[in-house]
Amino acid sequence: MNARVIHIASNTFREAVRDRVLYNLIAFALLLSGGAILVGQISIDIEKLVVINLGLTAVSLFGVVIAIFIGIGLVSKEIEKRTLYTVLSRPVRRWEFIVGKFFGLAGTLVVNTLFMALGVFGALLYLAHRFHKPDAWVLVALYFIILQFLIICALALLFSSFSSPLLSAVFAFALFVIGSFAEDLRGFATMAHGVSRWLATGAAYLVPNFSALNVISSVAHEQPIAGHLILYNTVYAALYTAMAVCGAVLIFQHRNLK
Amino acid sequence: MTAARRTTITAGVLLIACMLGSAVVLRRIDQIRSGATLQEVLYISSPKLLKRVSLGYEGLLADIYWTRTVQYFGRKHMAYSDRYDLLAPLLEITTALDPHLIVAYQFGSSFLAPPPPDGAGMPERAIQLVEYGIRNNPDDWKLYSDLGFIYYMDKKDYAGAAIAFDRGSKVPNAHPFMKIMAAQMAQHAGDLQTARMLWLATYQTTQEKQIRANAVAHLRALQVDEDVMHLQDAVTQYGRRTGHLPSSISSLVAAGMLRGIPVDPDGHPYKLMPDGRIEVRQPDDFPFIEKGMPPGYKPPSKPKFKSLE
Repeated sequence: MNARVIHIASNTFREAVRDRVLYNLIAFALLLSGGAILVGQISIDIEKLVVINLGLTAVSLFGVVIAIFIGIGLVSKEIEKRTLYTVLSRPVRRWEFIVGKFFGLAGTLVVNTLFMALGVFGALLYLAHRFHKPDAWVLVALYFIILQFLIICALALLFSSFSSPLLSAVFAFALFVIGSFAEDLRGFATMAHGVSRWLATGAAYLVPNFSALNVISSVAHEQPIAGHLILYNTVYAALYTAMAVCGAVLIFQHRNLK
Repeated sequence: MTAARRTTITAGVLLIACMLGSAVVLRRIDQIRSGATLQEVLYISSPKLLKRVSLGYEGLLADIYWTRTVQYFGRKHMAYSDRYDLLAPLLEITTALDPHLIVAYQFGSSFLAPPPPDGAGMPERAIQLVEYGIRNNPDDWKLYSDLGFIYYMDKKDYAGAAIAFDRGSKVPNAHPFMKIMAAQMAQHAGDLQTARMLWLATYQTTQEKQIRANAVAHLRALQVDEDVMHLQDAVTQYGRRTGHLPSSISSLVAAGMLRGIPVDPDGHPYKLMPDGRIEVRQPDDFPFIEKGMPPGYKPPSKPKFKSLE
């Protein structure tokens, strides 16, 4: 990778890690995983189910919140603080700035997810005293959650490249909700007729598909995840992320920063 | 070419390529996960829990579940399936989330009650569903009509049907035919005339295209059943009178047993087979007929519905 991109990415990572909000959110996620154990103890025979469901949901939701709230400020904060001009006055291209920012945030989220995953596995170990083979599927669910984060990071960056932080947060969150119902959206499209069918189908394929990346329920019920689904989800997340980052690059490239 | 322009072109081309690529991959994912969203119903099958997690947006969630139900039924029906395992839970969740979603009771019961492949073959679950609908919408006379319909058509329980129509007739602003149906059920439940009245009333009291098309298909089938029954009677009488079977339907006309060559609702004359049976010319055009089919006839997986016009 380009050295300038790596520098921007590592600075973004460092800046994010220094952010207190980030630590608070991790603490919350760990607290929630702890809560899962308590809930598990007061129900009958679903302790593990509750720990996996609640733990992975917490990882996913907290990660989404982190991705959106840091992602939306990546460009606008730099403009507001005027640090962007210092960066761009050096031999750094605009696309390198955007791509570096993306990798910095993505790295932050991966590290965060690893910590939260440790919390979930710790809770599982506390409960069952040892790991079982189906627990490995939890890793797949975590991997899919990371793929979700990559897409959300890219979308937050895309919105941040042309909009205010508040609007970017609204757009990114709205797309997250819509994307979670993407399969239903495609179902609605198949039921429509004529022009509306084409428009609905186009819209349904344009929004991110988060439903296929959410396997929390299946994993909690120890259902295996098909190998080709892992492959296709990986390719899909990579393509969608690249698409959103390219969009951000295009907008930022033509943005008047004077 | 400047570096900025090169970046714009590269990013633009990449964006389009990734967009197309993601759509292609998404189609593959959909194929792999066909019905996966519906299977998740099995994991969260408690309507109460769903109501809580919907954070007050249970109306919207009910609409989503209703759409899933329609898709599930449509997919299974197209595949000529005889198992509809998720249909009842989906309908129960939908109506628990929004107990006033009348369409879910009306269509839902017509999905649940008929025997496969037309439905799930669960008339008891259909009755439970409609009774739940009546408890939550006691002033909707159409639900009593649907209930009577299930008792009549799918349970062949004419007394139960009479009670359902009678209950409905007491609802304020109920259609006058509810009273007539209650009386008809009590006296002439099993005859074709009653069935015709029921389907005609269904046709006249709904604006839903699919329900109307279904009513028309049943009315056409009843017409065929009645014609075949009359023709078969004429053939039997002819045989008794002459000692042999008629060579054609014209022979029946010539013998004065028919006033003219009878035709089916599409205008095609009926066929007299060498063994004396009466057959309809195009059985595929008449889903739901009970008479006039060739021996061993299997109806097509997708029934043909025609309009009355």
